[in-house]
Amino acid sequence: MAEPMRIRATMAGDVADVKVLMNHPMETGARKDAKTGQLVPAHYITNVTATVNGAKVLEAGFSGGVSKNPYLGFKVKGPKAGDKVVVNWVDNTGDKNTAETTIG
Amino acid sequence: MNALRRNVLKGAAGAGTVAVAVAAGLLKPTQALAAAPRSAFEAKSVGDAMKGLGVSAPADSKDIVIKAPDIAENGAVVPVEVSSGIAGTTAIAIIAEKNATPLVAEFDLMGGTQPFVSTRIKMGQTALVRAVVTAGGKSYTAAKEVKVTIGGCGG
Repeated sequence: MAEPMRIRATMAGDVADVKVLMNHPMETGARKDAKTGQLVPAHYITNVTATVNGAKVLEAGFSGGVSKNPYLGFKVKGPKAGDKVVVNWVDNTGDKNTAETTIG
Repeated sequence: MNALRRNVLKGAAGAGTVAVAVAAGLLKPTQALAAAPRSAFEAKSVGDAMKGLGVSAPADSKDIVIKAPDIAENGAVVPVEVSSGIAGTTAIAIIAEKNATPLVAEFDLMGGTQPFVSTRIKMGQTALVRAVVTAGGKSYTAAKEVKVTIGGCGG
């Protein structure tokens, strides 16, 4: 990963609006390298989880059909400013990454 | 949700209840897992993807709103937002019907997470973008056509 995941969470009324931008090539395995003509191996995030103050709020499964550098937006009612949001992902090679932020 | 399942879960105490229920055949593994099984994401038809999600004959619903462009400028990055107005929404799945593997993403929502997800998907060609929502143990669906001029799956 050249750059870390970007994550932002802000209160909008009584709902925490969370926006995450993951850094990942999301190769489907069906694309041919233009120069070599070889198939680029599948390499994509398969699972994403998000927690607020340690409690799981979202679990997602992705296919290679999610765009490169996956964007994810979701909203959680209940948390307040200062609470901690953590997002983790795992890809099909076992690689993983995590990012956290406090709700602003 | 299945009343039998609810009673089993209420009656049993301690960890491993779900595993015991699965072993006893009371809970199908796909119901026990929080996110959809990988096989659903590898399914090559909408029908098989739905089966993988454990969904059959979802009811059409006008309470599911799909926000996506009518015409995608770039099939590699199509913004899709799904909002469900159905009470008790616990999961939202996004399917691009003509992709080689139609199930693109599936979100399980818990705690106070609102029935809303926003992401960006690849689309190989003009197709219906379908949302499948699970709420109260039942499934609902809506779809919106997105025209794609330049396909986004590479190749």
